[in-house]
Amino acid sequence: MKSDTPKTVIEVKNLACGYGETVVLQKVSFSVHSRELFFVIGGSGCGKSTLLRCMIGLLKPLKGDVAYFGKSFTAADAVQRRDILKTFGVLYQNSALWSSMTLAENVSLPLEEHTSLTREDRLEITTLKLAQVGLSGSEELYPSELSGGMKKRAALARALALDPAIVFFDEPSTGLDPITSREMDQLILQVRETLGTTMVIVSHQLSSIFRLADRVIVLDHKTKGIIAEGAPRELAATSTDPRVRDFLNQDEDSSKRTKHPSAVKPDPISK
Amino acid sequence: MTARQQLPEAGTELRTATAKLETGQSGSECLVKVGGDWRLSEPVPSWTGVLGEKTATSMRVVPEGLGKWDTTLVLFLVHGQAWCAKSKKDFHVEALPKNLQALLRQVAGISEPKPMAKTDVKSTWGLAGDMAKMWASHAMEMVSFIGECTLGFMDAAKKPRQFRWMDCLFEMQQCWATSLPIVSVVSFLVGVILAFQAAIQLRQFGAAIFVADLVGLAVVREMGPMMAAVIVAGGTGAGFAAQLGNMKVGEEIDALETLGVSAVDFLALPRLLAVTLMMPVLAAYANVLGVLGGMFVSATMLDIPAAAYWIETQASVGVLDVTTGLIKSLFFGLAVGLAGCLRGMKCERSAAGVGAATSSAVVTGVMLIILADALFGTIFNVLRI
Ligand SMILES: Nc1ncnc2c1ncn2[C@@H]1O[C@H](COP(=O)(O)OP(=O)(O)OP(=O)(O)O)[C@@H](O)[C@H]1O
Ligand SMILES: [Mg+2]
Repeated sequence: MKSDTPKTVIEVKNLACGYGETVVLQKVSFSVHSRELFFVIGGSGCGKSTLLRCMIGLLKPLKGDVAYFGKSFTAADAVQRRDILKTFGVLYQNSALWSSMTLAENVSLPLEEHTSLTREDRLEITTLKLAQVGLSGSEELYPSELSGGMKKRAALARALALDPAIVFFDEPSTGLDPITSREMDQLILQVRETLGTTMVIVSHQLSSIFRLADRVIVLDHKTKGIIAEGAPRELAATSTDPRVRDFLNQDEDSSKRTKHPSAVKPDPISK
Repeated sequence: MTARQQLPEAGTELRTATAKLETGQSGSECLVKVGGDWRLSEPVPSWTGVLGEKTATSMRVVPEGLGKWDTTLVLFLVHGQAWCAKSKKDFHVEALPKNLQALLRQVAGISEPKPMAKTDVKSTWGLAGDMAKMWASHAMEMVSFIGECTLGFMDAAKKPRQFRWMDCLFEMQQCWATSLPIVSVVSFLVGVILAFQAAIQLRQFGAAIFVADLVGLAVVREMGPMMAAVIVAGGTGAGFAAQLGNMKVGEEIDALETLGVSAVDFLALPRLLAVTLMMPVLAAYANVLGVLGGMFVSATMLDIPAAAYWIETQASVGVLDVTTGLIKSLFFGLAVGLAGCLRGMKCERSAAGVGAATSSAVVTGVMLIILADALFGTIFNVLRI
């Protein structure tokens, strides 16, 4: 925070991704800095989830490279890849908790796989992580016994299990009611404040974007790439691109709401 | 409308008045009176006999005792409007309720519904080509999956503590519990059927006792392992595909991969080992039940005492026969496990995909079982076992 030049955590260089023959995104380049709340936004079907899947290694890029902490992820061998995977957590759009395991087992599996902690230690950490997301006492429940919001929170606890440096979110607040979605936002801020985690968030929710984002990139499906990059309020006010202005000014209420200081907005990281 | 009147009286709230349509002429205008309740669930009048009226220059629809109405009435009016537009007549609905008019304006200009597009029917040869391509790609996937699993097992052999033994035990238990009742019934009945078939032939020569030889060998060498394998393919194999398919759809497998955990190591290997180890046990059990089935028929129909039957079975069925059957069943188990896990992990990300994966797992499993059986038959024949 104090240093003048922000530390680059993720660097995406000239990335192209798609499925088989169809190219969804091309020539995508951007970087994410340490402790940043970085948003990927854009209309439905513009390839936000595809970009995310490419960045976390679920989809092989057609071209280009993703690098974490200066180490290429795309070109990594199995061991390096596992080391990089250890540094990030992912919260999936539909939570993706392992349905045959209890919440405690869900949260402790990453610890089991990547650490040599004893069973007792793992249990202790699990309890702590679940408490952190407000789910203490639900250790023995199965994912099918939870509500949507509780599942999201449990999935966040799982994503945070290894104290990752980066957490990826695919639409953290879709399908949640406004209050729960607000709580989710608070939780995200709180995690960033306490653990200093870098977050990459795919979202539609304007209120979340204005409340949380330090920087956003806007994707477009016609251009198949980034059409704008910057702080959301600046973009909303000054962007010359009508698509960006339309997207960010859809809802007058939410842009007004951001003028309220009630939304905790920490200092921007860079500059 | 007579059909309506014959219906039994419903509760008062549900009772509806019949929809009514009256037409009359006033000057050059055709007056259409709609009344009663127009419900989707009730028969309603149609335009038949009204449209086609040539004399009137315009048509006016007015309500008369109009009760409840829904889309039926809107649709009815749309038809009338369309006909009027086509034959250049004015269509007046000003007297109708405001909300009905609003609805009518909303749907104004909808075109005739297009006939549903006919599904593309491929030629038989085209379809056969597609199937061949699919089978070829399935075969390739299977080969690479076998490779992955082999590597996984080699890793696990080096680090046995990391293998998910608990999952393996759990799956073995599941496999045993779900298959046992069906294997019992089917194997016993297969023994009974074989014994009947043999008895018809052998009785003619007064050689009924040889039923024991025939049933014993057929069951132990072929039918026992085969029946057990087919049943496990339909139960446990399909279960694997459904489980893993669901996990794929719910991004659970993705969540494992981004954790740096291989889904093959984590999910497939314990299941593969479980079903491979369980299959010979079930096959042995099926053997016993099959022989019992033959014994039952012999004792009740052929008057061969159970003890004599047992002695004859022991004399004809050698240790080698039993062992070859059980060795085969090990491979059947592997085939069922591979088919189930592979189809589940290659499942398409939709609910329909899970169904397709499940049935594909059963088909692939049974096919692999039969292929393996044919292969073993040839090998044993060459080796003269
Ligand atoms: N498995 C797939 N195979 C082929 N094409 C796909 C696949 N998944 C997505 N696509 C295509 O890729 C494009 C981008 O999809 P993606 O899911 O990344 O959109 P998105 O920006 O996340 O949209 P949303 O906001 O609705 O989630 C879409 O046009 C879609 O049709
Ligand atoms: Mg998406």
